[in-house]
Amino acid sequence: MPSLEEGERKMSLMKLNDVSMRFHVAGKKKGEINALVGINLEIQEGEIIAVVGESGCGKTTLGKVISGIYKPSKGEVLYNGKNIRFLKGKEFKEYRLGVQMVHQDSYAALNPNKTIVQSLVLPLLRHKIAKNRTEAIKILFEYFEEVGLTPPEMYLEKYPHQLSGGQRQRILLARALSVRPKLIVADEPVSMVDVSLRISLLNLMAKMNQKYKISFLYITHDLGTARYIAANGKIAVMYLGRLIESNKIHEAIARPKHPYLQALIAAVPEADPSRRSEYATELPLRSLDMPDLLSLPSGCKFHPRCPYSNEKCIKEEPQLREIDGGLVACHYAEEIRISKQEKQ
Amino acid sequence: MEPILEIKNLCIDFQTNGGAIRACDNVTIDFYRGDIIGIIGESGSGKSTLAAGILKTIREPGKISSGEILYHTKSGEVINLLSLSEKEYSKYRWCNITTVFQAAQNVLNPTLKIKDHFIETAFAHNEDNKYTKKKILDKAALLLSQVRLEERVLDCYPYQLSGGMKQRTVIALSLLLEPDFLILDEPTTALDVITQWYIIDILRKVHKETGITMIFLTHDVSIIGSVVDRIGVMYCGQVVEYGNVMDVFKKPAHPYTFGLMNAIPSLRDDITTRKAIPGYPPNLLNLPKGCRFGPRCFLCEEGRCKAENITVDKMIDIGEGQLTLCPAWKKVKEKCL
Amino acid sequence: MTRKGEVRLKMGESKYKLKNAGNLKSFITTIWNSTMSRIGFIILCIFLMAAVLGPMILEQPKADYLNRLQPPSVEHLLGTDYSGRDTLIQLILGSRDVLLVAFWAGVISITFACSVGIVSGLLGGKVDSILMMISNVVITIPSFPVTMILSMLIQVDNELMFGLLLSLWSWAGLAKAIRSQVLTIKHKDFIEASRILGLRKTDIIVNDILPNIISYIAVNFISIMKEAIMASVGLMYLGLVPFQGNHWGMMIQLSLTTSGALMGSGTIAYFLAPVVGIILFQFGCYLFATGLDEALNPRLRV
Repeated sequence: MPSLEEGERKMSLMKLNDVSMRFHVAGKKKGEINALVGINLEIQEGEIIAVVGESGCGKTTLGKVISGIYKPSKGEVLYNGKNIRFLKGKEFKEYRLGVQMVHQDSYAALNPNKTIVQSLVLPLLRHKIAKNRTEAIKILFEYFEEVGLTPPEMYLEKYPHQLSGGQRQRILLARALSVRPKLIVADEPVSMVDVSLRISLLNLMAKMNQKYKISFLYITHDLGTARYIAANGKIAVMYLGRLIESNKIHEAIARPKHPYLQALIAAVPEADPSRRSEYATELPLRSLDMPDLLSLPSGCKFHPRCPYSNEKCIKEEPQLREIDGGLVACHYAEEIRISKQEKQ
Repeated sequence: MEPILEIKNLCIDFQTNGGAIRACDNVTIDFYRGDIIGIIGESGSGKSTLAAGILKTIREPGKISSGEILYHTKSGEVINLLSLSEKEYSKYRWCNITTVFQAAQNVLNPTLKIKDHFIETAFAHNEDNKYTKKKILDKAALLLSQVRLEERVLDCYPYQLSGGMKQRTVIALSLLLEPDFLILDEPTTALDVITQWYIIDILRKVHKETGITMIFLTHDVSIIGSVVDRIGVMYCGQVVEYGNVMDVFKKPAHPYTFGLMNAIPSLRDDITTRKAIPGYPPNLLNLPKGCRFGPRCFLCEEGRCKAENITVDKMIDIGEGQLTLCPAWKKVKEKCL
Repeated sequence: MTRKGEVRLKMGESKYKLKNAGNLKSFITTIWNSTMSRIGFIILCIFLMAAVLGPMILEQPKADYLNRLQPPSVEHLLGTDYSGRDTLIQLILGSRDVLLVAFWAGVISITFACSVGIVSGLLGGKVDSILMMISNVVITIPSFPVTMILSMLIQVDNELMFGLLLSLWSWAGLAKAIRSQVLTIKHKDFIEASRILGLRKTDIIVNDILPNIISYIAVNFISIMKEAIMASVGLMYLGLVPFQGNHWGMMIQLSLTTSGALMGSGTIAYFLAPVVGIILFQFGCYLFATGLDEALNPRLRV
């Protein structure tokens, strides 16, 4: 994204400066896993960003760093311009309530031994969003109607195991909304929900984004739903802990710049049988499997699988640079684009 | 088109504390030899129960209450699988009928090397002593190369392989004894897009080379479009539509299929045309009167769809091999243009 | 049925009452539903009533030397002891002491085990290693012989001290088990969600962790009580704890030493009464515990 002048720069809601996250692996195969490396990301108020990548790419770790569960090994996470590690008191509370999360597994994210109302009323009372239990329940009623769970009392009285996956997911969203956040990190929120109900959940999130100007960080491996929810937003593609492409979503899908994103898009199955012949007969990838996280390749981490790699890619790791309004981490992005255009 | 499996009026019930649940209700469907068939259904649709019924792996409190499953072997025999005893059926299991489960990682024995899996499986069906270790390992190496795995995988333990690699190993294992047909239950659900592409590619190639019949059970509509010849759609234990994939996809004859096709966001379609199916699937213990999809259906009519005695349990043949459960199918087709 | 959270909606002023799950009611219903736990519950209730009401209603039986060592009769349903006191009344009065000792042993054990287990599980690292090492040592020490020695050294003159003595060796196994439960729960998503919602550690322990281990604790509480009774009776039988009061263990000891109950005098009832009482109580505990898990764990109910 082009940057504004220094004086005009509007402070982003969330900014990650060169964030890295390292985990130590104990046991037989000792070593370190760099789950995130040098991530620079900005989230504006009211923006929806889809973070896309395969399993092991670090997208869940990114979500946890942003929600404050993990402290980054390097770099800083700024909320409204301030480093979250040093926040105290009122400012910390602003951050804590301002960034919420909706988990993938709605059953695991609710206390199985408490009714929904017992679980959801507690944060409202603790943070004095409601003066007493009655008022808290009234607030919950409103949010439950907002997320489409009516009549609210029917859902509030139940235990998590008595509800369906789609209903629980809405409850997670209502819970996150009840503390009036500015940013919601949604980690694969619809992957465990029935396909016919996914769109209604995504529509709900888009509605919350429009109505309350809540930003969403939508983490997924499914490009189809990413495209749907981030329709007016950005997409950030991750590979092995690194951000390798970032652009407006329609642009990124229509004209992917990084070879990995090109392969990902080619690999998405085509539902329409009449377009079956367009479905890739060969993926532009040299190898199928991801490298072992404990022994990553040198230079560009994608080079063993990249059909365009050469000497420079083995030696030097590419940095994110701006091309045509988007960011790509590839040495040969321009050349690849030209050769593709020639092919067409 | 010769049939390979004819399922007639299959009913499978489960006894629970709250009553009896009919997971499969009068399922009648014909699978043809050499086809790739996709069965789409969401949670509660009964597709996994159907697979378990075909494989005769239904256990208490489940029970096959009625129906027949007629298997037409290569040599022309017709056998009712449900009438076989456990021992008789086990002759067919893995030699003629094999399966690949969801999350195949749990199927592999963590204490055995991969090559031992192959050897053990072959020897379990070795009545005529036609298998030797060498032959099995040669065959295994060949199958692994077909699923794009290296031969060194044979000497690995399951924990040394990634999820995608384990899934491919299980597919290779299922093809070891050259079966007649293969049932795949959500084979790619837990995997990422690129691995999924490779597995579908492998299955397509295997189908091309051997002509094996495949039955895919999934909730992922996009796989259906990219690979199958015929699809069946299940809802609440009933098959609501069945037919050629082109017809069912482009011109569905049941409101549920119509809703489903329009509720899935994909990479290339117009996102403004996506619409969710309103409501929730019903509780199987408390099914709505008459048509099960009624409460959520845009064509639902008081008299026709809610009456107790509507014949929504026998499929209507609307030509060209397409079958549907909805009496108002013409209206659905009109909506598709 | 508790009614919590009366809410008025702005439109139409209709009241919405939230029926709470009715925790106590559904707890008792679940216990009642299973025959085994129903019987256990009834037995325990009888004992509880005897323990609470007995000393209030009945007086200490008076010595009546003319009627000593009588077999059961209409007047004295279970006979009399060596000084002519009614056995049945002693039994009922003694139940309070029995239950109190067992109760204290249970409570002290559980409190200690919970603290150690939860702290160990949550903090991890060095604290965890040290606490677990201590627990392992305590588990391997042979509990009864050491308790015997300690009872000779320590003044045991009330129920609390007695309970404390008995609990010294019964907390360790439970602490380890609670620690494993905490380790399992610690990484679950709902704990993470609580952290993201800004709830503090104390809240998380009380609201998220404890409810998930409470059925476990309750079942163990019952079994610790059982063991405490056996241990206390054993100590008294061996004469190691000169306990005042009508504790059943004392009754057994006295019956064997002073009235030769097992040697053919008619006072076999004096010996059997407390023994049967103990057996019944243990049995009641066991039966009740079978239903406890289901009653406290909402997931097991439909």
